[in-house]
Amino acid sequence: MSSMKVRVVGAIALAIALPFAATACGGGGGGGDTIVIGTKFDQPGLGLKNPDGTMSGFDVDVAKYVAKQLGYAEDKIEWKESPSGQRETLIQNDQVKFIAATYSITDTRKQKVDFAGPYLITGQSLLVKADNTDITGPESLQNNKKLCSVSGSTPAQRIKDKYPGVQLQQYDTYSACVEALKNGAIDAVTTDEVILAGYAAQTPGAFKIVGKPFSEERYGIGLKKGDTDLRTKINDALTKMEQDGAWKAAWDKNLGPAGIAAPTPPPVDK
Amino acid sequence: MLHFGDRAYDVLGAFWTTIQLTALSAIGALILGTLLAAMRLSPVPMLNWIGTTYVNVVRNTPLTLIILFCSFGLAQTLGITLVNSKSLTSIEDSNFRLAILGFTVYTAAFVCETVRSGVNTVPLGQAEAARSLGLTFAQNLRIVLLPQAFRAVINPLGSVLIALTKNTTIASAIGVAEAALLMKTMTENEAALIYIGAIFMVGFVILTLPMGLFFGWLGKRLAVAR
Amino acid sequence: MAGSVLFDAPGPRALVRNRIFNVVTALVIALVIWVVYAQLNAKGQLTAAKWEPFLTANLWKTYILPGVQGTLTAAAVSIALALALGFLLGVGRLSTHPAIRWPSAVFVEFFRAVPVLIMMIFAYFLYALYDVFPSKHLALAGVITALTLYNGAVIAEIVRAGVLALPRGQSEAASALGLRWGQTMRSILLPQAVTSMLPVLVSQMVVVLKDTAIGYQITFLEMVRQGTQVGASYGNYVPALIVIAVLMISVNFTLSWFATWLEGRMRRSSRGPEPMHIQPVTQGSFGAGAGGSI
Repeated sequence: MSSMKVRVVGAIALAIALPFAATACGGGGGGGDTIVIGTKFDQPGLGLKNPDGTMSGFDVDVAKYVAKQLGYAEDKIEWKESPSGQRETLIQNDQVKFIAATYSITDTRKQKVDFAGPYLITGQSLLVKADNTDITGPESLQNNKKLCSVSGSTPAQRIKDKYPGVQLQQYDTYSACVEALKNGAIDAVTTDEVILAGYAAQTPGAFKIVGKPFSEERYGIGLKKGDTDLRTKINDALTKMEQDGAWKAAWDKNLGPAGIAAPTPPPVDK
Repeated sequence: MLHFGDRAYDVLGAFWTTIQLTALSAIGALILGTLLAAMRLSPVPMLNWIGTTYVNVVRNTPLTLIILFCSFGLAQTLGITLVNSKSLTSIEDSNFRLAILGFTVYTAAFVCETVRSGVNTVPLGQAEAARSLGLTFAQNLRIVLLPQAFRAVINPLGSVLIALTKNTTIASAIGVAEAALLMKTMTENEAALIYIGAIFMVGFVILTLPMGLFFGWLGKRLAVAR
Repeated sequence: MAGSVLFDAPGPRALVRNRIFNVVTALVIALVIWVVYAQLNAKGQLTAAKWEPFLTANLWKTYILPGVQGTLTAAAVSIALALALGFLLGVGRLSTHPAIRWPSAVFVEFFRAVPVLIMMIFAYFLYALYDVFPSKHLALAGVITALTLYNGAVIAEIVRAGVLALPRGQSEAASALGLRWGQTMRSILLPQAVTSMLPVLVSQMVVVLKDTAIGYQITFLEMVRQGTQVGASYGNYVPALIVIAVLMISVNFTLSWFATWLEGRMRRSSRGPEPMHIQPVTQGSFGAGAGGSI
C-alpha cells in the first residue's frame, strides 16, 4: 500500500505547508522607506480598521502626524495590529517602530519600554443610554444596577471591589457590551472614558458618558527602551501637534460626535 | 480560596459551578434527547422530519455560536431571560440558566443519536414480538425497547456526559463564573502561568477520569446478557 | 411493504391521526416562527439597514473572508498534525513494550480529559510569555496546539479501536509467517485499519472545524469572531451571527454528509474491511474513557 502512504504523506505535507505560505510574513521596524506603526484595529474612535481597509481614529491620526514629522508620508506607513497583551513584545522584538494603541504609561511597563508623551489623559468612566437619568456616577450603580466590561479587565474589578451592590456582566469584547447596552440588557459599560467616547461616537445621540473619571490613565507612545533620539523626536512632534491645532482637530473629528468637547492637550513629559 | 499576594481566587467555587452546569444540563439533555429519539423513530412523518432536522442542524453548529445566540439572540433580542429582572443576582442567574439551555439543546442532539444507535442494537425479534402482542408504538418503546437500549449504551452516554463537562468551559463566553473564566482572569492578572494551568488541568482530570471509570463499571454491570 | 418493525403500516384511522398530527405540528411551528419574526421586527433586527451590508463586497472581503481563511487554516493544520500525532500514539498504545505503551496511554488519557478551551488559553499565554511566535500568529498557534493535542488523543483511540476491530486471523497469520510486531503493524494491520477508519476520521474533521470556533475566546481571527466584528462595525449583531451560523452549518453539514456517504459506500462494496461505525461519540479505553468528542 505504498502509493497510499505516499498520498497520505503528501497530503499532510501540503496541508502543513499551504497555510504558512498563505500567511504573509512582514516585520521589522520598517525596511527602507516604510515605517511600521502599531495600533488597535478594533477600537472605534481610537484605532479602527475600516471595511475598505483604511485606518481611522484618534491614535491613528496622532501616529500619522508623528510619522510625517519623522519624514514618512502617509502612504509609507504600514499598520500592525497591537492587542493589549502583546504591545511590549512587539516593541522589544522590533516588529514595530512605535505604538500608539490606547497605551497607558505605567511604571511596570516602563521597565520594558520607553514612552513618549503623554498625548492624552483620561480615566475610567461610565457609558449609559442617552435617555438614562438614574445613573450619574459610580455610586449610583449601587442600586442593583447592571454593569458590563471585558472579562478579566481591571476596570470591572475596580468597581466590584468598591461598590459591592453592583451586578457585573462580562463579555469578551467591548462591542458586545455596547450591543447589550443598546438592547437594554445592561445599564452601563465601564472602561477608559476615551474608549467609551469612541463607541458613543459610532452612533451619535444614542449614548452618553456620565460621571467624572474615577481613575487616571495617561496614554503615551511606546517605543524601544533606550532610544532617546527617537523619543525626543516624537516628543517634539507631539508638542508641535498640540500647539498648531492638529491635536484638537483630530479629537473633534474622531471623538467629537460623542458630544465631548476637546480637553486641553496634556503637557508632554520631556 | 487560592491566594496570590493579597488577591484571592475561588477555584473550588468555579469548579462547583462547572459541576452544577454539567448536572443540570445533563438531566435536560437526557430528557430532550430521549424525546428526540422517540420522534425520529415515530410513525408520524412530521415528527420524524423535525427530529432529523434538529439533529442535523445542531450537530453541525459550533457550541460557541449556540451559547452566543442564547445570550444575544434569546435574551437580548427575543427577551427570553428566564429570570426575574428585579432580583439582586439577575445577570448571574440569567447567564447561568441561558448557558444550561444552550448546553441542553446542543447535547440533546448527541444523546438522541446515541439512544437511536442503542435501539438499533436491540434484536429485531424483540420489537416484532412486542408488535405481535399488540403493543402500540409508545408502549413498545417504553416497555421493551428503551430499557434495553439504555442499558446497551451506558458507555457512549458516559462519553457524552464527560464531553458535556468539558464543554461547560464555553459558557465563559457569556460571563458565567466557571472554571475557564476564572483561568482567563487569573492568567491575565498573575504571572504564574504554569502553576495556574496545572491547577485547572488537574482539576478537570479529577472530574472526568472517575466519571469514565464509573461509567465503564456501570456499563459492564448493566449490560444485557444475551 | 410499508412501516418499520416498530409500528404497523398505518390503517385508515392511523392515517387520519397522522394527518391531524402533521397539521397541528405545522401550525405550532408556524406560530413559533411568527412569534420570533414579530419580536425580531420589534427590536428592529429585520430592517434593511441591518441586512443590506451583507450585499456589499467590502464586508465579505474585510471581515468574513479572513475569518473563513482563519478557520480553514487552523482546521487544516490541526487535522494534519493531529493525524500524525494520533497514529503515533495509537500505535504506541498497541506496542508490546510497556515503556512505550504506558506513557502513550497516560498522554492520551490526559489530553482527552482536559477541555480544549483550557488548553487553548494555556498555550496562548505560554507562547506570549516566551515569545515563541510573532504576535500575528500567537492566537493561531494557540488554537492549533490545543486542537492538535486533543484530536491527536482522540484519533489515537480511533486508530487503536480500528486495529483491535480487525479479524484476529490477520495478526495470527502474520506471526505464523514470521513477521515481527513492527512489520505486522506496518504492512498488514494499519493499512486495513486506515481504510476502515476513514468515515470516522472524516467525522472527526467536522469536530475540528467546529472547535476552531472556541478560538473566539483567545482573540483568534475566525468566523465567529469576525461575525462579532461585523456586528460591531455595522451595528447588526444578530443578523451577523445568523449569517455566520448558516455558513458554518453548511460547511459542516457537507463534510458530515460526505462521511456518511463514504461509510455507506464502503459498507456496500465487497472489497476491503468493514468500515467502523461513525459513533455519535468515540468510545474510550477505561470503559467510557475520558470522554469522546462532540
